[in-house]
Amino acid sequence: MSLPVRSATLLAFLALAAASLFVGVIDMAPSQLLRDSEALKLMAVSRLPRTLAVVLTGATLAVAGVIMQLLARNRFVEPTTAGTGQSAALGILLATLYAPGAPLVVKMGFASLTALLGSGIFLLIVRRLPVTQPLLVPLVGLVYGAIIGAGVTFLAYRTDLLQYVSIWLNGEFSGVIAGRYEFLFVSGIAAVIAYLAADRFSILGLGRDASISLGLNFNQMLLLGLVVVSVIIALTVVNIGMIPFVGLVVPNIASRLLGDNLRSSLPFVAASGAGLVLVCDIVGRIVRHPYEIPVGTVFGVVGAVIFLWLLYAKRPSHG
Amino acid sequence: MAERRLIWLAFGLIVAVLIFMTWGARGNWGFVLAFRGTKLLALLVVSAAIAVSTVLFQTITANRILTPSIMGFDALFLLFQAGLVFVLGGFGVTQLPSGLRFGMEFALLMGAALLLFGTLIGAARHDIHRLVLTGIIFGVLFRSLTSFIERLIDPNEFAVVQSSSFASFNSFDADLLRYCVPLCVLGIAAAWHYRRELDVIALGRDHAINLGLNHKRAVLIILIIIALLVSVSTALAGPVTFFGLLVASLAHLIVRSHRHALLLPAASLCAGTVLVGGQAITERVLSLSVPLSVAVEFLGGLVFLTLILRGTQR
Repeated sequence: MSLPVRSATLLAFLALAAASLFVGVIDMAPSQLLRDSEALKLMAVSRLPRTLAVVLTGATLAVAGVIMQLLARNRFVEPTTAGTGQSAALGILLATLYAPGAPLVVKMGFASLTALLGSGIFLLIVRRLPVTQPLLVPLVGLVYGAIIGAGVTFLAYRTDLLQYVSIWLNGEFSGVIAGRYEFLFVSGIAAVIAYLAADRFSILGLGRDASISLGLNFNQMLLLGLVVVSVIIALTVVNIGMIPFVGLVVPNIASRLLGDNLRSSLPFVAASGAGLVLVCDIVGRIVRHPYEIPVGTVFGVVGAVIFLWLLYAKRPSHG
Repeated sequence: MAERRLIWLAFGLIVAVLIFMTWGARGNWGFVLAFRGTKLLALLVVSAAIAVSTVLFQTITANRILTPSIMGFDALFLLFQAGLVFVLGGFGVTQLPSGLRFGMEFALLMGAALLLFGTLIGAARHDIHRLVLTGIIFGVLFRSLTSFIERLIDPNEFAVVQSSSFASFNSFDADLLRYCVPLCVLGIAAAWHYRRELDVIALGRDHAINLGLNHKRAVLIILIIIALLVSVSTALAGPVTFFGLLVASLAHLIVRSHRHALLLPAASLCAGTVLVGGQAITERVLSLSVPLSVAVEFLGGLVFLTLILRGTQR
């Protein structure tokens, strides 16, 4: 079962990435690249960066989702709805307000820090919830995120920054050109770190007692997981904007198809995350051609439907 | 005892209304009273509609943390509003008399609510967390679909979709108000008419059937009333997620009774006091620097969180 699934995913991902390079306002056929220098320039400045940004964002968001689900020990949790994304937006808003001159790196660092705090507090709340009611965790997460989001809206409303906030909260790739997305590679590195530590994260997901008795430095791994999630989310929020549900539906589908061995399933998770976001971005570019629909909107529809299916479909008894 | 509490609540509302109408008023009283009076009427209609629909919804679902807006009712209404513009075109919609337009939106909402939530409430009655989660996700789905449609329609036609995704208590469409006031009164009167049946429904489905109530039919009627009231409040003020929860919890806290003859007026009075008083404070003290809707959402969200966290410890 697992080999065909993997190769099909990889093929679909590659096909989508190639398609993404040739969908846009200006018609461009692959053959033009060889003859036309303008076409080559368009590719280098806009199409390639955009496709790279989509792939990086989709893949890292899916990885962040997996890690968050292991940290919270709950399948229905996701960083963009459980307060991490809203905390990152709060951080970048505060940085914009109080240190408008600071370089972007510093602002992103601060946003990562607030994201870390926000998700840490969420995990503390989750620990107090009874394990017998698994659906309570995402519920609390959604409300927790909504409360932080209301705080962000309130602050932005008072300081006339609502437009910025709406950019951070709604993911879209139309602004991506060469020179304006490269920070996303940092979140790519964070995702690679998660992959290198995949086995330990799998153990972490077994819970505190099990991981300590297996010889894992529990608190250290918890912190590493939180840092990975926060960096990915903060960079995505600042550069692209939030895309809901990616980190939720992709890991769930992966776990249904391939089981929970993180080291073997994480590449699949990353590829299908990238593939799903690519689909939504391409759809957003085609539906209203030559205008665009933000990817966050498209994914909100697609992701909500998949999530409802996950919630009501019966899990297969094996795997 | 509980009746006396109601009198105190009514007194609170009167004070709030007086403050709202007179505070900081200068110049021509005829203008001031007419101007603020319209706003006051809209605020009262909205608050009563939200309060009553929330109490009714909590009764038929037998749960204190559910509200129509948490289950995505108002998002659905906005979706139909945008969908109507998409189907008929902005010009077509402006040609419709606003009463007819509202009527179509309401009919769509009612149909969808009966279809969707009628089956859902039946299917997932015993798994309340799954039900709430489903509702919230439905809300996200409807909101995403709405903004999807908003992107598809012309920017000029987009202006026709008047209620934005932000709730507002500052400006109301006077034309719409003319239809909403009688509809709201109708809905509340219907709810009042069924107050004894509601007490029976609150006992739970099995007990209600045992006591000789046609449970299915009663729930159906109540759902229609809820759809009507949600349409009224959403059309006037936009979506407010947690306000209903806030006032319903307040009402339960204050009257400490399960009788709807007390609960319904108490929730409405609470809602009116909070909205009218809050609006007076935002307008006069904070000079509109804080949108009341955001403050109310913030408070309501906290109430929701404590309600679920406390519910788990019991």
